[in-house]
Amino acid sequence: MAAADILFRPLIALGRFVLSLLAGVGRLAIFAGHGVKAAFAPPWYPARWLEQMALIGWFSLPVVGLTALFTGAALAQQIYVGGQRFSAESTVPAVTVIAMVRELGPVLAGLMVAGRVSSAIAAELATMRVTEQLDAMVTLRTDPWSYLIAPRLVASTLMLPILVTIANVIGILGGYALAVWRLGFNGSTYLATTRRYLEADDIVSSLVKAAVFGFLLALAGCYHGYRSGGGAAGVGRATTNAVVTAFILILLFNLAITVLVFGA
Amino acid sequence: MTEPRLSIRGLKKAFGPKVVLDGVDLDVAAGESLVVIGGSGTGKSVLLKCVLGIIRPDEGSIRLDGQELVGLKGRALEQARARFGMLFQGGALFDSLPVWRNVTFALTQGKLGGGAKMHALAVEVLAKVGLEPRVADLRPSELSGGMQKRVALARAIAANPEILFFDEPTTGLDPIRADVINALIRQQVTALGATAITITHDMASARHIADRVAMLHGGRILWSGPVSALDHSGNAHVDQFVHGRAEGPITTAATA
Repeated sequence: MAAADILFRPLIALGRFVLSLLAGVGRLAIFAGHGVKAAFAPPWYPARWLEQMALIGWFSLPVVGLTALFTGAALAQQIYVGGQRFSAESTVPAVTVIAMVRELGPVLAGLMVAGRVSSAIAAELATMRVTEQLDAMVTLRTDPWSYLIAPRLVASTLMLPILVTIANVIGILGGYALAVWRLGFNGSTYLATTRRYLEADDIVSSLVKAAVFGFLLALAGCYHGYRSGGGAAGVGRATTNAVVTAFILILLFNLAITVLVFGA
Repeated sequence: MTEPRLSIRGLKKAFGPKVVLDGVDLDVAAGESLVVIGGSGTGKSVLLKCVLGIIRPDEGSIRLDGQELVGLKGRALEQARARFGMLFQGGALFDSLPVWRNVTFALTQGKLGGGAKMHALAVEVLAKVGLEPRVADLRPSELSGGMQKRVALARAIAANPEILFFDEPTTGLDPIRADVINALIRQQVTALGATAITITHDMASARHIADRVAMLHGGRILWSGPVSALDHSGNAHVDQFVHGRAEGPITTAATA
């Protein structure tokens, strides 16, 4: 009996973990479906949509721009050093543009905005939950799904492609600046090579990733914020969980999209 | 006897293993002001939230003028909800909106537009709860606790609801401000001709607001009667609660 007990205990724990994981994924998926429905069905609140676009898009510009600038420059330097080993220094512009547009632009912008926005959404909605503002809204006959959740999902999904495009451009310029000023590249040759290696597919996949990440990071914030409970500690937990969930989802979906688009 | 405005039968709700409501039966007549008393955590708020459809009860029936509310969805639920107004315990004002947008929220349902008209209406409703017009342009975070309660009361009555719920209206206020809120509630309920349910554990508030008092304990209505009978209810639980004694049939272990 005791031996069987020891044998089964890890299995039971594993089973419990898998079940709770699946239940969590299911809850998140149902929440996402409900959110999308609210975004497409009236009532719509255009003022709330615009407000969220400004909060999510405009105010994320500095952090996204800086991240892209420094990463683009560091990337160019690393490719140069790595390429030197087999005399392939000239690949700097081509590899920089591909790495930036296909992967680093969307992923870094997604993660940076998730850090800023998912946490803020979760904290705001969780506070509204704890202070009964969500219940009050229902009694005032306004659906929090239409008034609070849909605007955040829509704004984030629409703004991330714009942010990622800006991040891509700034990242490429960061690489360009470092290559020209420190590594002795010719400026016009660098840009010409960049243009030659940049394909339409790269841009499309970049924008698709951006929109998906935008939806996911707002979803993570709304999900954990809306479902939170348990006072101030609950608000803290919701915020942390939102960021962790957003990061995991972004990295997971990035891999999936990359394999789907470029692996075939 | 005429049909009660609100009729609750066998209402049950458990959160996991914790049974909160265990067969609540309660009638409220039209125009009556009922106060539900009971210790902290006895499910008084849950009772109100079940009626409003915010919490789905496990069992039982809630009838509003004979219409079943449990399980109501969509437009029918919206229409039923339009007849209610609720003052939440902490006020639950939307801190992202100015006071006047809060007060008129039930009318605009969060939409912009009707600005000047809504502002004027908000000022009018704020006057009913004794607040100056300048308060309309402040943010909820700029108000004191007592003022927040008044604004929340203004928001609850702005759409002229037929049924008003008050969740612990005097909690966190000093005795004088609490009395002002009690007087306002009594006055507005009378002015609107509304039916009111107030939940509280503040006995001064209960005596001020109530026509009738019901005591919720152990998930059921233990006693109910006119407010004048409160001091000689003949029920040991009610007696202990009304006089705030630590000794008696209610043990803190059971109510905690």
